Amino acid sequence: MMGSVNGSIHIRNGRVIDPANGIDQVQDLYIVDGRIAAIGSAPAGFAAGTTIDASGLVVAPGLVDLAARLREPGYEYKATLKSEMQAAMQGGVTTLVCPPDTDPVLDEPGLVEMLKHRAGKLQQARVHPLGALTMGLKGKALTEMAELTEAGCIGFSHAEEPIEDTTVLLRAMQYAKTFGYTVWVRPQDAHIGRGGIAHSGPLASRLGLSGVPVMTETIALHTIFELMRATGARVHLCRMSSAAGLELVRAARQEGLPVTCDVAVHHVHMTDADIGFFDSNARVTPPFRSQRDRDAIRAGLFDGTVDAICSDHTPVDDDEKLLPFGEASPGATGLELLLSLALKWADDYAAGQHAAAAAHSPLARALARITSEPARVAGLAAGTLSLGAAADVVVFDPQARWTVEAAALASQGKHTPFLGYELAGQVRTTIVGGRVAWQR
Amino acid sequence: MLNPQLNKNGELQHLLSIEGLPKSIVNHILDTASSFVGISDREVKKVPLMRGKSVFNLFFENSTRTRTTFEIASKRLSADVINLNISASSASKGESLLDTIDNLSAMHADMFVVRHAQSGAPYLIAKHLIDTRQSHVHVVNAGDGRHAHPTQGLLDMYTIRHYKKDFTNLTVAIVGDILHSRVARSDIHALTTLGVPEVRAIGPHTLLPGGLEQMGVRVFTNMDEGLKGVDVIIMLRLQNERMSGALLPSAQEYFKSYGLTPERLALAKPDAIVMHPGPMNRGVEIDSAVADGAQAVILPQVTFGIAVRMAVMSILAGAQG
Repeated sequence: MMGSVNGSIHIRNGRVIDPANGIDQVQDLYIVDGRIAAIGSAPAGFAAGTTIDASGLVVAPGLVDLAARLREPGYEYKATLKSEMQAAMQGGVTTLVCPPDTDPVLDEPGLVEMLKHRAGKLQQARVHPLGALTMGLKGKALTEMAELTEAGCIGFSHAEEPIEDTTVLLRAMQYAKTFGYTVWVRPQDAHIGRGGIAHSGPLASRLGLSGVPVMTETIALHTIFELMRATGARVHLCRMSSAAGLELVRAARQEGLPVTCDVAVHHVHMTDADIGFFDSNARVTPPFRSQRDRDAIRAGLFDGTVDAICSDHTPVDDDEKLLPFGEASPGATGLELLLSLALKWADDYAAGQHAAAAAHSPLARALARITSEPARVAGLAAGTLSLGAAADVVVFDPQARWTVEAAALASQGKHTPFLGYELAGQVRTTIVGGRVAWQR
Repeated sequence: MLNPQLNKNGELQHLLSIEGLPKSIVNHILDTASSFVGISDREVKKVPLMRGKSVFNLFFENSTRTRTTFEIASKRLSADVINLNISASSASKGESLLDTIDNLSAMHADMFVVRHAQSGAPYLIAKHLIDTRQSHVHVVNAGDGRHAHPTQGLLDMYTIRHYKKDFTNLTVAIVGDILHSRVARSDIHALTTLGVPEVRAIGPHTLLPGGLEQMGVRVFTNMDEGLKGVDVIIMLRLQNERMSGALLPSAQEYFKSYGLTPERLALAKPDAIVMHPGPMNRGVEIDSAVADGAQAVILPQVTFGIAVRMAVMSILAGAQG
């Protein structure tokens, strides 16, 4: 039986790109009953309730973002679920993973259920919380991981808090392995670089900013990999920032360790030099590193060492940004920039001397890193246009240019180092579960 | 990128750092300072260049010494000076830095002299003044975190020029806690801007920041080697809290390795001068025999400091936004 005419959508004549299935061709897409019904020719008995003309546009799976802070509960003055979900829609993000660093921390099933319930009511992006790895992210006692998983957590993370006691990390990984959960951790030593605000290097020395050396990442990676060997736990490394760190990940992969990693989209483009004259919009964690590190991130995305690009969306209000660099809160708004900046990576990379990159469609390559690959990392049935999959779809104009400015952003977070940049790639329609959730 | 301390005509709008200042502006400040040096010896130690102007000394971090020199310099230029010790007032009441600035701007300030514990704080203020179109208000950085202390850098250059005349044949050594020193950073930029062919930094690895070579500095960890044949020695103050801990084991051991003694001074050129930004720790970084010796120019530095600050403020007051 075909679904009702009202629930069916016909997207005409768009360039359908589905990296998971290797599809990249101008054709029609049909949605029935909230699911992908057909690509190419209409399924039998199809009658369109809504028709979208996608001529000259790209039709792709809705984006999957591995790190977006919605700031609820606890930080509603910085952003609300409502504003940030709107931002997700405007950015074409239909699935997002949120870290547990809310207030209170997501360490109790009730909090997770509440967040999922409130987010679900908005019928916008699908929200998948990460539970806290330890109670209150204090690095002492484990959380009820099984209960939290039942409540909807898809993994366990320590957000930005370092774990001082390696024994606790060992136990957490053993326990997670017992139930087959993934541990999400940003590699950072608990002591080296603590209190640092910029990449240790000539720029930090010149500006007199205390440094965060690359070894905070590499020392932590050595520890994590050793614990993985001992426990067999699966680990996802969040926000890789350095060439040396990626080199270690590459070796760990070759060794066969079950490890994946992501980078924040701003790290794909920015370096410490972008701090300029103490621009607090360029204050992020981990800090922007050298050009060599930035280039290694780009290369790692190309060769697959880096699985996914996330927005690391962190809304920060004016009061916490308009401060001296060292006092400003780290973080940048990102949900609405993710698509454009991922496309920019692929374009830049293809435009360079990378013949191999130019040979393939840069667009499909970029989309894989923000759809199918992050979905695979998170173990979610998302990020694809496979027949029968939930119809989470984004329709965007890859050529349309827009200027990053406060007024253009739906997010309550207006701070980003890309303010004033003109970027290509603008979302026209965002469809969630076969429902047009947002349209420009 | 726009250099916020120069206006669109390339004139000095704010003094935030010596880095990025053209040599011509540095020389102009030093030349102007020399015209002010004599004023302090007169019976009437005042010129009317800033009459009717209000200078706000905004010290978010305590420093009686630096604040006093700015106060004297302002008064000798006939400006009205208002001292605000912010660490003890607004900041503790939760008022943000930029709210404080807006409030004081509303009182028609002409110049802010800013000392702040955070590197870059004066840039934030300067940028805010540009964003709010208050181009008639000028900012002087009186020391921000580890970043810069440009008037100290300039008075050091004035002192070196006074004794050595020419910068282009000098070897200058900066000794001590380079890592935490805004004075060292300003001196390094000033010396390289003025064409000093060899700038050396001397200290233990724990007190040397990375990337000094990229700033045009030759690094020494052995003091005896580093002092060989130098024309100028700039000693840095070692802060009390850094004398024992993970950076250094003790003040005694520091003095043994890096204290400037008469024996070590003998390794430098016979006419080498010894400088120190003050306040000195006798017996920690410098031996009293050197501090009070014939080669020390530490007190003249203080005197020149007034003239240099007068020069900076009068040039800024004359610059049109």
